[in-house]
Amino acid sequence: MSSDESGVKAILHAPESSAGVLAAMKAVMLRDLKSSFRQPQDLLNPLLFFVLVIMLFPLGVSPEVAFLQKAGGGILWVAALLSVLLSLDHLFRHDFDDGTLEQMVLQPQPLFLLVLAKSMAHWVLTGLPLVLLTPLLAVMVHLEGNSIGVLCLTLLIGTPVLSLIGAIGAALTLGLRSAGVLLSLMIIPLYIPVLIFGTGTVMAAAEGAPVTGQLALMGAFLVLAMTLAPFASAAALRISLSNG
Amino acid sequence: MWQFFHKLGSPKWFYDIASRLMPWLLWSGVALFMAGVIWGLAFAPPDYLQGNSYRIIFIHVPSAFLAQSVYIMMAVAATVTLVWRMKLADVFVKSAAPVGAVLTFLALFTGAVWGKPTWGTWWIWDARLTSMLILLFLYFGAIALGSAISDEKSSARAVAVLVLVGVVNIPIIKYSVEWWNTLHQPATFKLTEKPSMPADMWVPLLLAVLGLYLLFGWLACLRMQTEILVREGRTRWVRELVKPGGNP
Repeated sequence: MSSDESGVKAILHAPESSAGVLAAMKAVMLRDLKSSFRQPQDLLNPLLFFVLVIMLFPLGVSPEVAFLQKAGGGILWVAALLSVLLSLDHLFRHDFDDGTLEQMVLQPQPLFLLVLAKSMAHWVLTGLPLVLLTPLLAVMVHLEGNSIGVLCLTLLIGTPVLSLIGAIGAALTLGLRSAGVLLSLMIIPLYIPVLIFGTGTVMAAAEGAPVTGQLALMGAFLVLAMTLAPFASAAALRISLSNG
Repeated sequence: MWQFFHKLGSPKWFYDIASRLMPWLLWSGVALFMAGVIWGLAFAPPDYLQGNSYRIIFIHVPSAFLAQSVYIMMAVAATVTLVWRMKLADVFVKSAAPVGAVLTFLALFTGAVWGKPTWGTWWIWDARLTSMLILLFLYFGAIALGSAISDEKSSARAVAVLVLVGVVNIPIIKYSVEWWNTLHQPATFKLTEKPSMPADMWVPLLLAVLGLYLLFGWLACLRMQTEILVREGRTRWVRELVKPGGNP
């Protein structure tokens, strides 16, 4: 830890301005992680929701192994998408309420990089636990070993995209009363490509087809979202803050 | 050119220009659209495979055309809103979005009606149908966000950001939906291979498309005028305009 701190100090006092940016991003990320770990229930809720949604499918549609095997990848992906969607409201809400966000806008560091840091923290808090929980649930819907691996991989690449795109919607709906439904209405259409490629890759893996091409395309989505989405989120944040 | 662009910043100037333009747009639009539709429905030859049922194309294709280009127009206006903060651009976005949504719905509806005799089903999860459905929800999202934010300036810029994000996503959505369809869709349903259309079919179709563009222009002007009157209600020229004794 001490070596870490001295590293941060070294970065802070470095003459280049870009190094200061990295330190700021790190600080924003650590702060988000720390404050979330002090409210563990907020961390747990999306995961519980994830499990519950998956549970509904065998109960509501069919518990047959053949059906679950075929639809399992899609079910897990839809459930993951919905739980990320549900957790988006927390992304900026607390910082907006207590004024931290306004301070963040006033920082000399570019806002979109701080937004990128916040989105990544959001992914560590929601997307990553979902990925870690996935093998267990995948076994429960009777996916096979190879498919489980590919499913985890697609979720690992895909959930950061969900967090990054979702940040745009969360920023646009900050401070609005009926934010929840509005957020879903705006963001779900934008999630569709990720969902299609995520489930398509799992299906291809189940049929024994090669999946490197699809995974590469999902990686391209991730790169695109990382480079473009923070700009839109930052612009949206400035708009919402000027409103409030 | 630039003078024209600057003048666009003045709602009053636009209101006057629109008033002069609208009769032309309306009557040329009605003439072209009716010519196209009547020619298409009554005089064009029936299709050798689909018989007369294909004639819905004269409504379906124009509305699908417009549905897509209205979103593009909105994206251009959204850029203008964000870059130059021009009020009129936002007036256009707000006025055009519901029209675009209705046209998208019309395209989907006529597509479903056409699909019943042609494919034997109202709806299939075909790539083009699905991407039009997604477009409909993009319109709904923009409309909902616009009406949720009460502050006029914030609402304008927020919707502009959303529309631009949507327009970046449209090619990605279109491409991925096509990819998804080719992977899952069994080849049971295929769009009937169209014969290369004879002129008797594509000329009325072109007329109908052009006519609907002009009619959209008229409707956009009308809705924008209304929106301008609402927003500029406190200015003197609007008060004089709507005064009982003033100019109509």
